[in-house]
Amino acid sequence: MSAPLRVHGLVKEFPKGRRGCVRVLDNIDFEVAAGEFVCVVGVNGSGKSTLLSIIAGLLPPTSGELKLNGSPITGPGPERGMVFQAPSLYPWRTVERNVAFGLELLGVPRVERRARVSWYLEVMGLTPFTQSLPNQLSGGQRSRAAIARALACEPQLLLLDEPFGALDVQTKEDMQVFLREVWTRTGTTVIMVTHDVEEAVFLAQRVVVLASDPGRIADNIPVDLPPDRPLEVKRDPPFLRLRSRVEDMVRAHHHNHLAGAAPTA
Amino acid sequence: MQDHRAAGAVPEVTGPPTTRGPEQVFGKLPRRSRTVRPSRLWSIRQNIPRGARRVLITIGVLTPLLAWWALTASQAVNPVFLPSPQDVLRSGQELIASGELAADTFATVRRVVLGFGLAVLVSVPLGLLIGSFRAGEALFEPLLALLRYLPASAFIPLLLIWLGLGEPSKVGLLFIGTVFFNTLMTADVVRLVPRELIQVSYTLGANRREVLRKVIFPHALPGMIDAMRVNAAAAWNFVVVAELVASTSGLGYRIVRSQRFLQTGRIFAVLIVIGFIGLAIDLSFRKLRSSVAGWAA
Repeated sequence: MSAPLRVHGLVKEFPKGRRGCVRVLDNIDFEVAAGEFVCVVGVNGSGKSTLLSIIAGLLPPTSGELKLNGSPITGPGPERGMVFQAPSLYPWRTVERNVAFGLELLGVPRVERRARVSWYLEVMGLTPFTQSLPNQLSGGQRSRAAIARALACEPQLLLLDEPFGALDVQTKEDMQVFLREVWTRTGTTVIMVTHDVEEAVFLAQRVVVLASDPGRIADNIPVDLPPDRPLEVKRDPPFLRLRSRVEDMVRAHHHNHLAGAAPTA
Repeated sequence: MQDHRAAGAVPEVTGPPTTRGPEQVFGKLPRRSRTVRPSRLWSIRQNIPRGARRVLITIGVLTPLLAWWALTASQAVNPVFLPSPQDVLRSGQELIASGELAADTFATVRRVVLGFGLAVLVSVPLGLLIGSFRAGEALFEPLLALLRYLPASAFIPLLLIWLGLGEPSKVGLLFIGTVFFNTLMTADVVRLVPRELIQVSYTLGANRREVLRKVIFPHALPGMIDAMRVNAAAAWNFVVVAELVASTSGLGYRIVRSQRFLQTGRIFAVLIVIGFIGLAIDLSFRKLRSSVAGWAA
């Protein structure tokens, strides 16, 4: 299958001070196949969120090439749905109308819109909250609504920027199982950024490790776990081995800021 | 040593293996012996009993009224300076009976609606422009920030020269007095729209126009209504100032006229009317906010 996303020689610099600039991403090359689930891990400051924003088209790259299905990415669009860490739902819209937002813009007729929205709400287990406002939902429900809203536009690529970062551990694990299910049911290509290695290994088919200062790809680690993954997988030796391997890799590329500050007793 | 094998027994804990803790380094930290005692009425940001709240409100409103009544009843003050509540009531009844109060109120409210309404019509789009676009900010904000500090009342002579003694100069003063503040306050609430909300809208296929209309405007709406509520109070101030200077109708004019004839009772009556209309304006803006933007309650 041809790669729907190709990133080649991507460099991103942000201006700093009067004339200088700081390079946050350096020569990134990577591809994502159709239907693949890729997790990008790295410490804070490795530029992983910047990478995702560039793929979403929200930030222009300094140089390099990005192509989705062969056509260059020049700006944001509904074929690349994005979900942020803090669920950015429209607080004045009900769950139903939040999920319908993209379809309204496309001019999908009301009846079809309703049908599509209710299908995604069903998949996401949000049917009882159709008419709720976001501030009446729990953290997990908000995350699910944000994912449903992105999926309703049937994106070729779903971009997730630490979507479960603010959830408690139990809710987070529920959401992980859920996301695997949704991925299997919709077949959407997913790129997810996280700093939680366990989450990355559990969810992805492949983990991309970013090194920091400047952000560059340190390693590409395939996750050869069975596709059917109950939560218990997290306790199995193969999972733990893989997790340790990724963790070591992340740590090796993390400038240890605490090293100099250790007490000298 | 004791036997810890019994169920629930607490093993002996010795704490972390510290070699040189803060106490060895700095010496003893002084401790306070008293903790904060609970208080039913004076705990910071805690609810108070319902009954207590009612009693306090009654005391807060009735005490000044009673003091006023007692002061005038004792005849310690010349009634020309401080009329009694009965005098004020009588003056109010006179003003109502003669139809002057209704006419004055209508004239004043009309000016506020025109002047402040015009200011809102200009400031809402301008505030959206400044708050949403850096170009709009660069183009308009420096001048507006300066103009805001020019006291509107200082424009009265100029307005009288430009627009004459009639209605336009009063409407103009209200406009000048409120348009700058309302624009900058609107721009501020527009700037508070979370960046993620705008970005996520782009990834859902929205263009700039749609982001402005379907995301920024509805998100900023409750804040814009709050800004209007604050500035409507300012407008209400300016209208009376405008009428004090040169006018032949309106509540401010009524105050000046009553002063000429030393009718302090009438001045008091008009002040009370002004206060209540202000309160009504405030309440209606609150009502408007909760009905169009209940989500932000």
